[in-house]
Amino acid sequence: MLWACILLPHLALDGILRRRASDDPLVLVDGAVNARSIVAVNASARDAGLRVGQRLTAAHALLARFDALPHDPQAADRWQRFLAAVAYRYSSEVSLLPHAIVLEASRSLALFGPWPRFESMLRADFAALGFRHRIALAPTPHAAWVLAGIADGRAVLTPDALRPALQAVPMRKSRLPAASIEALSGMGIRTLGQLLTLPRDGLRRRFGNELPQMIDRLLGEIPAGLDAYRPPDAFDLRIELSHEVENIAALVFPLRRMTGDLAAYLAGRDGGVQRFLLRLEHREGRATEVKVGLLSPERDAGMLFELARGRLEQVQLPEPVLAMRLVARDLPDFVPAGRDLFDERPANALPIEQLRERLRARLGDRAVYRLGGTTDPRPERAQAVADEGAGYEESRLRPTWLLDRPIPLRGPAPRILAGPERLETGWWDGAEACRDYYVIETSLGQHAWAFCQPGEQGGWMLQGWFA
Amino acid sequence: MGAVVALSGMLDARQVWRGRAMPVPAGEQPTGWAALDAVLPAGGWPDAALSEILLPVDGVGELRLLLPTLARLSHGARPVIVVAPPYAPCVAGWQQHGVDMRRVDIVAAPEAEVLWVTEQCLRSGSCAAVLAWPRKADDRALRRLQVAADTGKALAFAFRDRRHLSSASPAALRLEIETAPSARVWVRKCRGGAVPAQPFALSRSLH
Repeated sequence: MLWACILLPHLALDGILRRRASDDPLVLVDGAVNARSIVAVNASARDAGLRVGQRLTAAHALLARFDALPHDPQAADRWQRFLAAVAYRYSSEVSLLPHAIVLEASRSLALFGPWPRFESMLRADFAALGFRHRIALAPTPHAAWVLAGIADGRAVLTPDALRPALQAVPMRKSRLPAASIEALSGMGIRTLGQLLTLPRDGLRRRFGNELPQMIDRLLGEIPAGLDAYRPPDAFDLRIELSHEVENIAALVFPLRRMTGDLAAYLAGRDGGVQRFLLRLEHREGRATEVKVGLLSPERDAGMLFELARGRLEQVQLPEPVLAMRLVARDLPDFVPAGRDLFDERPANALPIEQLRERLRARLGDRAVYRLGGTTDPRPERAQAVADEGAGYEESRLRPTWLLDRPIPLRGPAPRILAGPERLETGWWDGAEACRDYYVIETSLGQHAWAFCQPGEQGGWMLQGWFA
Repeated sequence: MGAVVALSGMLDARQVWRGRAMPVPAGEQPTGWAALDAVLPAGGWPDAALSEILLPVDGVGELRLLLPTLARLSHGARPVIVVAPPYAPCVAGWQQHGVDMRRVDIVAAPEAEVLWVTEQCLRSGSCAAVLAWPRKADDRALRRLQVAADTGKALAFAFRDRRHLSSASPAALRLEIETAPSARVWVRKCRGGAVPAQPFALSRSLH
């Protein structure tokens, strides 16, 4: 077994930074109202001299203008679970540790290639999502967690190499219980190497069962006992905007992130999305809902973004938006479109499904359709919008253009080319038709399909054109 | 200045070199009308280009001219797209001419979006042919369609009123349909060859 640990040291801050377009100074603060202190700073705030642990009042003395947002531990949890869903695409065994995600990697290596390549794929994914991370690989999840805290990119591939790798880890980075670390350093134990050489029985007598168990877990002598992460069955992401947004254009940047996150989540569960909902939240609980529906399940980030933007741009905002939420519950299986090996299309062709979605996003859901024949002989009902048409083959002569409803034919008397064809039907559904159809030629040289009352040859009603 | 010299005399004496026209690739897109293929320089529709069809009124055989091509394309790999047709295509009638209606997509678009839709479809490269009835297309708009057809390797057909004949067009092929004295098709412009002097008689037999 090999476990990769992705340590996320700046989870809460990255979760906020990734949806801000600017890099103005920003800090996260926590604590009682009258004694707020800084728990995280971004790069520009650090350049200005703000530090973690500073009082907010001291920070205000250093820098006149910066944004201070309350630290929200639940938001950090949500991001951790979201990233676990992303990591789930690489391994079926994903678990959560504080500020970290561990995943079983030995079986994934067969699929994704040797560790350096696998590692760079993980890094590319997390970097694209905007989360700073450190990655380490070790035969046990806890060892990977410890090594990721020491240095970025450590990889211990065999169990034999694990003890030497842990040798030099200082006790305060060992992720053992704080009380034990303090007691051990009082005994002159400063590194994990020193601790591992101590007899286990003596440790058990002095510290109880917990510490030896943790050491055994670290070395893989007993199972790690982690709960396996299971991805949720619905995607629900909410972003609070830093200020009130009054025009749609300002929502495009957070929307790109949200659809990107949705695509990453869908890739993790190897599914697609057919319908999702954008909820633009206003003041006092009011909201504008934008529904996005697709013809078939999709999961391409660029396409989801383009479609959602197409729908969003048609919305008139009644009032400013405070937060945006993306909810996707209908998550069917995703079947990638089959492509021909000897594809005739140009290399950079846009698939026809994507073209249809693009047109629908701009023109409306019903704008792209196909027609199919029905069994009704009345021309007004002889065809309908159909998914799988062509059921019935009409053997009698039919035109190529059909008018939605017959109109009187004006002008000089036409010349009759063919006919009549008697049509008498529909007495049962209130749309009774009793007509004689002729093919006629108008004075302009058009060939028309027109009907008149049975027995007459005048009062022409135009039904279609033989164009 | 010297005396006026007849050009024909210089040509006969081989004193003037005549550049040859660009060779036109042989026909990949037959029209289905042998007599028309014979006079067109590409042996059919100009591939990956815009063809303009000019009509006096609707219903004079403009679809009849195209249906053999549509029937052939609708059994190919890429679908045919009909953008905002003036009337509903009659399923039974099209099927009688061999068109597979499951491979024909119809796009309902308002007047202002027709050019955008047509360009998107052409540019996508996933359509075999796009039929459009642009009403407010100027020279620039048609040029965009021509470029899009070239990018997406698709056949573009623009149906327009005959009064546009006098204005220049970037289309690779311009056909004009005439109804009197009989149904005939004039080739008004064809890229890569001389314009045939004789019209092509459009058979309008009902079957």
